[in-house]
Amino acid sequence: MTVALEATGLGKRFGKRWALQDCTFELPAGSIAGLVGPNGAGKTTLLHIAVGLLEQTSGSIRILGENPGNERVLSRVGFVAQDTPLYKYFSVDEMISFGARMNSSFDIAFVHERMSRLEIPLDQRAGSLSGGQRAQVGLALALAKRPQILLLDEPLASLDPLARREFLQTLMEGVTDTEVTVLLSSHLLTDLERVCDHMMVLARGRFRLIADTNDILKNHKLLIGPRERAGAISGVEQVLHQSATDRQATLLVRTNGPIIDPSWMVNQVSLEDVVLAYLDSRSTADATNGELHAVEEVAR
Amino acid sequence: MIEFRLEGRSGIAPYLQLVQQVKHALRLGMLRSGDQLPTVKEVVGSIAINPNTVLKAYRELEREGLVEGRPGVGTFVLKGLDGPPPHAHAALRRSLLRWLRSAFDAGLDHESVEALFDSTFREAAEEEIA
Repeated sequence: MTVALEATGLGKRFGKRWALQDCTFELPAGSIAGLVGPNGAGKTTLLHIAVGLLEQTSGSIRILGENPGNERVLSRVGFVAQDTPLYKYFSVDEMISFGARMNSSFDIAFVHERMSRLEIPLDQRAGSLSGGQRAQVGLALALAKRPQILLLDEPLASLDPLARREFLQTLMEGVTDTEVTVLLSSHLLTDLERVCDHMMVLARGRFRLIADTNDILKNHKLLIGPRERAGAISGVEQVLHQSATDRQATLLVRTNGPIIDPSWMVNQVSLEDVVLAYLDSRSTADATNGELHAVEEVAR
Repeated sequence: MIEFRLEGRSGIAPYLQLVQQVKHALRLGMLRSGDQLPTVKEVVGSIAINPNTVLKAYRELEREGLVEGRPGVGTFVLKGLDGPPPHAHAALRRSLLRWLRSAFDAGLDHESVEALFDSTFREAAEEEIA
């Protein structure tokens, strides 16, 4: 397995506050990973460190086997910052020329084809593009660079549902053509479910879950059954969330085998429900690097 | 040719949803031997899904001997899913009825029978996958 992005004990402190702590992970090349978490979880901080815009306080990070910001690696990294900042007074055509001058491997034909398919006129100024168009232009420019890894910070946040779908279509078609590794941050889980094969769940500066999306869906179930039997259930590895009335218990669990006990009704859970359980501050779940730890929540 | 769709909140992995849709189409004769499945790029372009997911679904169907990938050309259906002949169905149904009668005789009500069937079915299915 080739690793596109890896971090060991990565941390970033702003003043007294740790925005990111103890982050250890490996992102296999060719994967499409969703970086998920509430606002302020540390998503942008992590992406900025990965592309060399910020320096970490502790630990190490390697992107395509190199230190972030290294000249050898920058030409192979694509990054679109939050809200797709573009030069307001540049026309689309000027941005394309600019991209072509700045990047030796820039694929002009690709951007032209994208723009005509999306019916975005080349003479239009960036300032007058709609939110959806701006996102599409930013993505097309980033893909045209033919990067080996593409990092996108909240690319979907300001888009309406139709524009989101179109954006993801462009992104997935681009991935099919070039086999680029993608890491995109978002808090829109339903959109990520269909495109991401890996999920990285970040909350309060720490990873709560890093796993293959298929495994997440396979290994998490919602059990409903009698409360007095909620102690140890065969096939349950960990209870992530539970609620109970005087007799009935509802458990969101991670499984390590089939739940055979007929007193439990077993339901599938959506990726969104699983991720929310890991994000929940009352939840006891914390899994980084495949290992389980008790969450050390510091009361402030 | 068939079209795929994706149920967002079902809790079923997207690749499994594609596998199930192909099998459903095979069972109903909407896909026949020799038919081509949509290319990865077509699926990706129409439902905005991860190309690796489509590849994983096609590999799974290939592993089950239902389709065949021809490099550079596409993925083609090898055989339909006809299931067992009608008389086999009838025999299975008779033995299931016998089992149901013995379950009711033992005092199980409808829901208990369903729960028992469900959990046994799940167990058997999981074992088969593993």
